[in-house]
Amino acid sequence: MPASILKQGAYLIASIQSALTDAEVIQLQDDLVEQVGKFRSRGVILDVSGLDVIDSFGSRTLHSIAVTTKLRGADSVIVGIRPDVAFAIVQLGLGLEGVHTALDLEEGLAFLNRMGEGGRRGG
Amino acid sequence: MEDEGRIRIAADADLVLARQKGRRLAAAMGFSGTDATLIATAISELARNILAYAGVGEIELARIHENSRDGIVVVALDSGPGIADLEAAMQEGFSTAGGLGMGLPGARRLVDEFDIVSEVGKGTTVTLRKWRAFAA
Repeated sequence: MPASILKQGAYLIASIQSALTDAEVIQLQDDLVEQVGKFRSRGVILDVSGLDVIDSFGSRTLHSIAVTTKLRGADSVIVGIRPDVAFAIVQLGLGLEGVHTALDLEEGLAFLNRMGEGGRRGG
Repeated sequence: MEDEGRIRIAADADLVLARQKGRRLAAAMGFSGTDATLIATAISELARNILAYAGVGEIELARIHENSRDGIVVVALDSGPGIADLEAAMQEGFSTAGGLGMGLPGARRLVDEFDIVSEVGKGTTVTLRKWRAFAA
């Protein structure tokens, strides 16, 4: 499986190392949603820097992963979208509305930490 | 037109293969990295359409040279049910397979030229062309 999920404290970090088939993308989504419950994770980082193509199905699935993990109580952030892939997503007429994104893993972690603090302050 | 290969599209994994071949050909022809990604993404949408509507089909890749321009041609063909309403199929958000309906209109925006021929009961052929931005 060219994708792996790593538990890091209260977060899960999912990395996609190379191109995934649709079935593997769906599998990753199912695994993530399940592990959010198993590890009581508060946040999910999905590193897609290994994806050289994100088409309409890919965009839709990223959106779906963000929404389903949110429904399971974890914030999620997509990191590592390549510049040319970002351009292709725009050209396709798709956005990733409602999905949090960050440049890389480091920024993704910082984002989740900020979300956590905001959540606590907000009560 | 120089044939650079055809990929049978019958399963999930064939999509990955088709876009990788397309990217490799585009890179070998001197397309920029961004253009190679646009081509690979368009191939992905067409192959996905074949799987969703016809189940089986082919993607053909070729080089063309025309009016001192170099370009890549992608032909997606199937013998599936065909498209009854081409105009509707090219509208964003129109889908009869439960998708987003972004496949064909999306693929059209990624390339320079887009042709579609479809006959109900006979199948569908989509032809894309993308020209290399400048002569190498």
